[in-house]
Amino acid sequence: MQKAPHVTDYLTRHCADDEYGCLRGFEAQGGYRAAHTALREMTPQKILDEVRQAGLQGRGGAGFCAGLKWSFMPAPEQQPSYLVCNADESEPGSFKDRLLLERAPHQLLEGILLAARAIGAQKSFIYIRGEYAEAARVMQRAVDEAHAKGYLGDDVMGSGFSHDVVVVRGAGSYICGEETALLESLEGKRGHPRVKPPFPAQRGAFDRPSTVNNVETLCHVPHIIGRGAAWFRSTGTEKSPGTTLFGVSGHVVRPGLFELPLGTPLDEIIFEHAGGVADGRKVKGVIPGGLSMPILPAGELDVAMANEFLQEKGSALGTGGIIVMDDRTCMVRTACVISEFYRAESCGQCGPCREGTAWINDIVTRVERGTGTAEDLELLVDICDGMEGQTICAFADAAAWPVRALLKHFYADFERHVREGVCSFSGSFQL
Amino acid sequence: MVISKAIRDQIEAENANYPRARGGLLAALHRVQREYGAITPEHATALAPIFDMTAVEVLAVVSFYDMLSSQPAGRHQVRVCTNLSCSLAGAREFLREIENHLGITRGETSADGRITLGHEACLGACANAPMMRVDDRYYEDLDTESARQVLDALD
Repeated sequence: MQKAPHVTDYLTRHCADDEYGCLRGFEAQGGYRAAHTALREMTPQKILDEVRQAGLQGRGGAGFCAGLKWSFMPAPEQQPSYLVCNADESEPGSFKDRLLLERAPHQLLEGILLAARAIGAQKSFIYIRGEYAEAARVMQRAVDEAHAKGYLGDDVMGSGFSHDVVVVRGAGSYICGEETALLESLEGKRGHPRVKPPFPAQRGAFDRPSTVNNVETLCHVPHIIGRGAAWFRSTGTEKSPGTTLFGVSGHVVRPGLFELPLGTPLDEIIFEHAGGVADGRKVKGVIPGGLSMPILPAGELDVAMANEFLQEKGSALGTGGIIVMDDRTCMVRTACVISEFYRAESCGQCGPCREGTAWINDIVTRVERGTGTAEDLELLVDICDGMEGQTICAFADAAAWPVRALLKHFYADFERHVREGVCSFSGSFQL
Repeated sequence: MVISKAIRDQIEAENANYPRARGGLLAALHRVQREYGAITPEHATALAPIFDMTAVEVLAVVSFYDMLSSQPAGRHQVRVCTNLSCSLAGAREFLREIENHLGITRGETSADGRITLGHEACLGACANAPMMRVDDRYYEDLDTESARQVLDALD
């Protein structure tokens, strides 16, 4: 089971307590109170308006306003429609949803009930990546408990609202975290992203109107409904309210999860909360939001961790997975690891992505081995140009951005390999 | 029968959770693989009519997903995460040491049929590297010695 966070706030305060994982323990901490009140006393529109006013941004990577996404759903009379919880957490550097699934399953179910009520869905699917077997077991047990207590099924909590939740296991595929690939997978198909439009709210799971929300996004909802939009807006930044679960990994003294307000400075997270760089080394670069997000060099860590500020630096919050690399790190090796991943995970549907990810990986591999040329480095930029915006989904962009950013900030590392014909970063991690 | 009646009944019960039976396909494939060790063409042929698919369509789904296999493998699936966070923590040297210990390289199965070794594309345990997945279980904060103990204890 995932270790509890080093720093907690409202989302994770009770995550260290094993009892919190069962219904009784969750209710002892005030769980399901928001649902009890809202399902009986608030109209669906009122729930939606509250979440929209709270300005809750999706926590799965894209940061889209959750309430706005919900508002795209057709009138509730159009049944059936579905809520799909994206628990396919696969972005390298991200491990927050695993905690929320394994240690607070009822918090997620309460969020699902409220979201489903707001959009008028009678059924939800929680699509959990296949490797998260423990999370799937915990969630299924929580669903069974909630059913037995009358919190799922017909006439939930005596409100007249009926809702069922199905726990679905994926089978090992990064792209299934992309929402339309997830829908294909949920339908028992290969996980190939769909052309949009139609958007999921028009035609989603099983050709019906659907909303796809990330695990953490839904976990914020009971707190917003319980304490109100104004309370939620009292933490975080004006544009990015609330807390989020930052995951810190790599060369830090205290890797792990930290629930902190959006807008917390990146250097504060690394040096104060995560204890700074291990072995008294210095930072060389930091990926601020999961593998797909462009790396920041050591001089740019004084940035508030919210999209409006990270975008000024040419990066983004992504999933909040912070990967810290110390000053021994060879950034060409970093490029090798990153490009190997995208090459393996491209679904192959679009030419520029299928060919581009493999080509990038071939080139950075030969540069790392010392047989690359100066022309190779120019070619990498050309390949990125040919991938970005040229494909059905954002995977090709996500594969190109990190390479482009590594070249931008650490061009000297690449040049040194070409010049010296060898990787001379002797203290770096091994391939 | 290639797929027993009991397994078939479980598959059909699961399918009822979905608006279309095919929604239950991944669950069925997991189930068949757990029971029979792989989803062979014979299994695909037996599954196809339940999902209103052809056998080759079933195999096309199997081939897309890393956790599913049409080839029988070892009794235990061991996967070491080698993505960036884990690599920074020495996961690639760790994997080589495991390879030496087992006498096989990634992608191979030990001669006694006990273990199939592979590497993984991030398992969501980035703060607890090196780590490995053994079947449905995670082992985190490993070193070579603790990993050897886990592997040696597998039947």
